[in-house]
Amino acid sequence: MSGAGNREQVFPTRMSLTGMKIKLKGATTGHSLLKRKSEALTKRFREITRRIDEAKRKMGKVMQVAAFSLAEVNYATGENIGYQIQEAAKSARFRVRARQENVSGVYLPQFEAYEEESNDFQLTGLGRGGQQIQKAKDVYSRAVETLVDLASLQTAFIILDEVIKVTNRRVNAIEHVIIPRTENTIKYIMSELDELDREEFYRLKKVQDKKQKDAAAADLERETDAALRAEAELAESKLVDEPGQLISEKDEDVIF
Amino acid sequence: MASTQAFKDRNFIGVIGDEDTVTGMLLAGIGHVRESDKERNFMVVDGKTSDEAIEKVFDDFTAGRKDLAIVLINQHIAERIRYKVDTFVEAFPAILEIPSKDHPYDPEMDSVLKRVRRLFGE
Repeated sequence: MSGAGNREQVFPTRMSLTGMKIKLKGATTGHSLLKRKSEALTKRFREITRRIDEAKRKMGKVMQVAAFSLAEVNYATGENIGYQIQEAAKSARFRVRARQENVSGVYLPQFEAYEEESNDFQLTGLGRGGQQIQKAKDVYSRAVETLVDLASLQTAFIILDEVIKVTNRRVNAIEHVIIPRTENTIKYIMSELDELDREEFYRLKKVQDKKQKDAAAADLERETDAALRAEAELAESKLVDEPGQLISEKDEDVIF
Repeated sequence: MASTQAFKDRNFIGVIGDEDTVTGMLLAGIGHVRESDKERNFMVVDGKTSDEAIEKVFDDFTAGRKDLAIVLINQHIAERIRYKVDTFVEAFPAILEIPSKDHPYDPEMDSVLKRVRRLFGE
């Protein structure tokens, strides 16, 4: 029987049967809840992947525009300002902070860009190309905003991916391991209890049988006994009768 | 969950890219030099930079530093250390592959989009 291999080690009693039944009920409830959670997460996940795809394409365009504006800067300033800018960078003006968003018990971070009061490049482009540099700054700021959005989506994607995997693993574990195991255990306990019932019934029947036989034997004995005694009594009374008659004949006439 | 905590102090965006990309990003104002050890959150890669140096900076940005929320990396540079980018699966910092001036964006190579496609069996 399949139940012999895959079941929990319990004593087949009514109490553990009740326990197993409660466990099965709990597992079924948990399974349906987890399944629903996984479905909600997957829905969200699909939405995010779609948006990532869109955002990545948008990013391609935005970065192209940004690169072009930088080329304008290079042309206008007539020199490579890269080195100058790298040296001038001190403190980030453009920073991000993370907010949390709760999706069915999973916290997804959402990056949010904010600007700090600082300007590292006040002297950059002072001589030439100031306007272009300002434009490039604006364009790149917008590009970075797009990138921050994309980063939120991507982080959410990675976290959701992981959580969905864990949830699905749990769902499968309950569905394919815990529930069949518990059912097997219940079946085992039931069959064991039935077996005990049958044994008990047979035993009682046996006892009754024996009792009946005993009673019959006793009856028979008593009957034969009684018959014997009756016979004996009869014989005895006959013996007693004869002299009795002698006495009774004279009975009325005797006067003491 | 482990990956959702400890991102409160992640405020900065790191960049690994060619000179133009880095310049542009710095113009947007993401450049930051840490006061304690003068550590920069950007790296300029050119033809002479070795793969090992890129790997080292990538490791530093992703594992060593705890103040970066996002790491931007040019796609052609990511391609040079592809196995590192592909094996990085943590949520923080988020690795974004961005196009550069000379290398247009190719969604086929992006490690996240690869995962997206693998998940949907395309």
